Amino acid sequence: MSGQATILAALAAPLAGAIGILLAGRLSANLRETVTLVTAVILAVVVWSLIPELMAGGRPALSVAEVVPGIEIAFRVEPLGMLFAALASGLWIINSIYSIGYMRGNNEANQTRFYFFFAISLAAAMGVAFAANLFTLFLFYEALTLSTYPLVSHKGDEKTIRSARVYLGILLTTSIGLFLPAIVWTYMAAGTGDFTPGGILEGNLEGPLIGLLLGLFVFGVGKAAVMPVHRWLPAAMVAPTPVSALLHAVAVVKAGVFTITKLIVYIFGVDYLFAQPSGQWLLYAAAFTIVAASAVALRQTNIKRLLAYSTVSQLSYVVLAADILKPLAEVGAAIHMVAHAFGKITLFFAAGAIYTAARKTEIGQLAGIGRRMPWTMAAFTIGAFSMIGVPPTGGFVSKWYILAGAFEADNYVAIFTMIASTALNALYFLPIIYLAWFGREPEGAQEHGEAPFPAVLALTATAALTVLFFFFNGPVIALERQLIEVWE
Amino acid sequence: MNGVVAHLPALLVVVPMLTAPLVMLLRPSGLAWAATTAASLCAFAIALSLTAAVLAGERPDYLMGSWPAPFGIELVVDAVNALVLLLVTGASSVALLAGARSIDSQIEHERQPLFYSAWLLALAGLAGIAVTGDAFNIFVFMEISSLASYVLVAGGPDRRALPAVFKYLVMGTIGATFYLIGVGLVYMMTGTLNLADMAERVGQVSDLRPVLVAAGFITTGLALKAAVFPLHLWLPNAYTYAPHMVTVFLAACATKVSLYVLIRFDYMVFQPNLAEHGLQFALFLMPLAILALIISSAVALFERNLKRLLAWSSVAQIGYMTLGVSLLTTAGVTAGMLHMFNHALAKGALFLAVAALAAGCGGVRLGQISGAGRRMPWTMGAFVLAGLSLIGVPGTAGFVSKWYLLSAAIGYGGYGPLLAAVIVLTSLMALAYIWRVVEAAYFGAAPAESTGRGEAPPALVVGAWAVALANVGFGLSPDLPVTLASKAAGILTGYSP
Repeated sequence: MSGQATILAALAAPLAGAIGILLAGRLSANLRETVTLVTAVILAVVVWSLIPELMAGGRPALSVAEVVPGIEIAFRVEPLGMLFAALASGLWIINSIYSIGYMRGNNEANQTRFYFFFAISLAAAMGVAFAANLFTLFLFYEALTLSTYPLVSHKGDEKTIRSARVYLGILLTTSIGLFLPAIVWTYMAAGTGDFTPGGILEGNLEGPLIGLLLGLFVFGVGKAAVMPVHRWLPAAMVAPTPVSALLHAVAVVKAGVFTITKLIVYIFGVDYLFAQPSGQWLLYAAAFTIVAASAVALRQTNIKRLLAYSTVSQLSYVVLAADILKPLAEVGAAIHMVAHAFGKITLFFAAGAIYTAARKTEIGQLAGIGRRMPWTMAAFTIGAFSMIGVPPTGGFVSKWYILAGAFEADNYVAIFTMIASTALNALYFLPIIYLAWFGREPEGAQEHGEAPFPAVLALTATAALTVLFFFFNGPVIALERQLIEVWE
Repeated sequence: MNGVVAHLPALLVVVPMLTAPLVMLLRPSGLAWAATTAASLCAFAIALSLTAAVLAGERPDYLMGSWPAPFGIELVVDAVNALVLLLVTGASSVALLAGARSIDSQIEHERQPLFYSAWLLALAGLAGIAVTGDAFNIFVFMEISSLASYVLVAGGPDRRALPAVFKYLVMGTIGATFYLIGVGLVYMMTGTLNLADMAERVGQVSDLRPVLVAAGFITTGLALKAAVFPLHLWLPNAYTYAPHMVTVFLAACATKVSLYVLIRFDYMVFQPNLAEHGLQFALFLMPLAILALIISSAVALFERNLKRLLAWSSVAQIGYMTLGVSLLTTAGVTAGMLHMFNHALAKGALFLAVAALAAGCGGVRLGQISGAGRRMPWTMGAFVLAGLSLIGVPGTAGFVSKWYLLSAAIGYGGYGPLLAAVIVLTSLMALAYIWRVVEAAYFGAAPAESTGRGEAPPALVVGAWAVALANVGFGLSPDLPVTLASKAAGILTGYSP
């Protein structure tokens, strides 16, 4: 297939799958789940088939339509987007397997609607990944928000609706209120919104205005959850766990930090932004978010909320790395998206498995659970180690690159933040692990074993990926090094 | 041009106007509906072919009774009114096609032929206002359309429509009278009623004070008819208590026609000839636009009747249009004209969906449509889609006009960014009031006395979906409205040297 056809297929496959799910849902649940899995596999194959061309330096592009003169819906595959798309599509397969176990194990209602909107969300995520300009990116960014809303509000009770309102309210308010004006401003200032290596703002905008535009972008992209626009993420935890796992640890939140990284690399231009003192504030905002979110996570008693705050903190690692504005740090930002995705999806899978098997949602209830659910807790442990950055897990690799970039820039704020947050991560994850393995189960505890097999299979797979990424990260790094070829 | 084609501008008005008395005689009422729909579709087809001619670079004009231009009545079609004509005839056709059952259930049988006759007169009047190039002729058509629409609004089963329509009538008459006084003053000074001729001759008038007074009367009068805040008070109740299909028809195009005349008159006759008049125009309309946007959106936030909520939203959305044209830049006028088109699409689809909800739920208060998302998934789907367009979510027509409005505001310089902030803020308010409806429909419990009826009549649902999908279509390839709007802006701003 040519590059163009492949891009089109990557967008169309999940949409076609969604319609298939809707039709199959009327016939039988097994057929519906088969359609989901087949769609996920097809999507992954299609997306991954683009990698060789990218590795060879190719940049497949596709222009769909010019909406108005100068503003078109167009796609262009580049290393960052490739990574994001490959990650989301690959993990969707594992997540679908997990969903089957989770949704059936919990007898959730409206499962057809659930799988339908899940597929739509993936299509939107692909659009975000491959967007060639700001306009297209915004189009799919909003589509992703709207298509995940029915997933977040899945349960439909009073509390869920309130949280879903927070979710939609914050994401749409920031995107329409800040992101859209920033985009229009960029088009007005630069005459284009195309993602161009080296940026498009040099010579068009300077001084404090750069800092202001960066602010509109960073807080407008609410999905990146830089404080104070992070509250939607804990709110989104009312969704069924597979949604939290794939969307709120991978697709949606990564769409946020991916967008910010992409903006810094292709709109502002790394070198240009580095020369502008007014853009430096982002480093402090990200550093604050990392530390503050970790501190909040320390105080959480609910597993999913703790993981959500950990995500807020980890997302800002990517923002921080991108704003160190040094080549190695940009690579680190990209790699951290992968490393965090593997680790955090494992943690969410584990949390969901615990809920399915034992109906436990609070950390205090986990005493001794490691003996009843050894596979799940082993995976949880690996995921937590990756969050802290302990070798041999993926988290170590990305931290290494980010720190290398920070040293290259002599950026002590970044270095100090990395050290402090590592300590904080250890502080809130290690007690859970200790409690689960060495804690004493209360008398008369309920008997239970592992979660349904598909769920355990999925979380084992992602835990394995977390470890494997430590050893076999060569191709990813090679791909993302293309980002910084400008410097070399 | 030759044959029938040359007569198209006149036929646009003549066809519905001559069908009107005929329809009154037709029995049974189904036949009356068929004749009305046929005439409306015929007008729509004429509007389409005129638009095609305009896009091809022509400027169809027609001399009534072959009297030469400044003396006889001249009909002229260019990009500015082609867009308006499309809206008028399109809205009427869609409402008739989708709403046969809805009208049938709301209007007594023996009065239906009269109702359809009034409908055609309203259509002929609105199309006439848009198509004519004669200032007094505009007044005549305005009276025809107004009188007919009073009848339409009052025609429903809801008796509360009567006080609403009385208010509408009084304020509408004041507006029309103001307009007439203004035209009289200009006629006194120039001796002509043809707009193009008037634009030339005003320049030769030595004492311009009466013309300035005329500008004041005309602008105020038309602003009243166009429901420019704070002259909008007749609108919410009139839209709320009118029969549902009348609301669809009038909400999509009636105020926009008056707004069109306001824009045309001011840009064509007054701005090129009165010193600093552009600034006066901007200073008059812009603050009102901002107030309309913020206050009316805020009122919509607390409204519990769905039709009144959307009516208040209309008052706010008119603010976007007046904001655009009050910028006086080509970009601003483009945005304003474009929003006329896109708002008609969004609001048309929304009111169609509301009519469907009314049919399925027995009412349009938020409490009554509670839980409708489960009982009427198709209707609510169309509502959500059109609502997204109203908010301005990308991929919909509403987004295209928001994009143009924001670009125009930011490119305006000075306090442009503040205007952009107002646009953004009010979009978010739209999000809030639309979402209240969505949450009630999808998460609310169905009311206890619910009759449990399912979907609305298929024609309504199909109609709502067709217009909702048009929102998406014109959101992804907005060539037609954008071309028309930018041509229109070129014409309007081109009058002033």
